[in-house]
Amino acid sequence: MKILLNNREEEFEADSMTVSSMLEIRKFTFRMRIIKINGELIPREKYGSTVIHDGDKVQMLYLMSGG
Amino acid sequence: MNLSEIGSHLKKFRVGIAGAGGLGSNCAALLARSGVGTLVIADYDIVEKSNLSRQFYFTGQEGMKKTEALKENLGRISPEINVIIHSLKLDRTNISQIFGGCDVIVEALDSSEMKEMFIETVQITLKEVPLVAGSGIAGWGNNDILKTRKIDETLYVCGDETSEVTDDLPPLAPRVAIVAGKQANTVVDLLMKMK
Repeated sequence: MKILLNNREEEFEADSMTVSSMLEIRKFTFRMRIIKINGELIPREKYGSTVIHDGDKVQMLYLMSGG
Repeated sequence: MNLSEIGSHLKKFRVGIAGAGGLGSNCAALLARSGVGTLVIADYDIVEKSNLSRQFYFTGQEGMKKTEALKENLGRISPEINVIIHSLKLDRTNISQIFGGCDVIVEALDSSEMKEMFIETVQITLKEVPLVAGSGIAGWGNNDILKTRKIDETLYVCGDETSEVTDDLPPLAPRVAIVAGKQANTVVDLLMKMK
C-alpha cells in the first residue's frame, strides 16, 4: 500500500495497518505526537484500533517541550 | 488596506491563548499591538524572576499570577483590548468551555504532554477552530529552521519541531520571540481572511 505521510509518498508491504503498527514499522519512537488521518485527529488511545488504508493522507507532528 | 482599516477588521475577533509563558505572553503582546479585539488567556502559573529572561513580564511583577500580570501589560499597549483571563490549569474537561467562541486558538503550553492533550482536545471538541501550535523553540541560532507548517486548514505548527527544552538547551529569548512572532503572524493571516 501507498500512503501520503507528511505529504510524501511512502510504501508499506501490508495492505492495511493500524497506527501502532505504522509507528513500529517506521520506528517512530518519539513520545509525544499528533497524528491525523485524512484530516481527522486520532487520539493516542485509538492508535491500536485505527486502521490506515491505501491512499490515506497521514499527517504526523512531534511535540517538543518548551513554551 | 491601511493600518486603521486592518485594526478595525481585527478588532472584531477573539483569539484564545493557552499558556502565558514565553510563547503565549509574547504572542499576546503582538496580537494586542495588531489590534485584535479580544484575547482569552489561560495559565495557572505565577511570574518568577527567571521568567523575565524571555517572557513579557517586568521587574516588580514577580509573584503575580501570569494571567493578571499579562492583562496589566496588554492594557498598557492598548486600553481598548478586551482581555479575558482564566487562572487555572487546562485539562480535557475545561478546554472547550474556555476557548469555545474563539476564532483562532494558539497553543503555547510548556510540556509536550500538555501540548498533546490540548491539541487533541481542541481538534476533537472545537473541530472547526484553527489552532496554531508551537513545537521546537529551544537554544539559539539556526534561524531559518524555525518555520510554520500547515498540517491542514485547522492545524498549523510553528517552530523547528526538533529542539526540545532541556537543562543544557534552555529556551533563549530570541528563538522564543521568533516562534511567538510566527504564531502571531499566522493568527493575523487567518483573521485577515475571515469575514
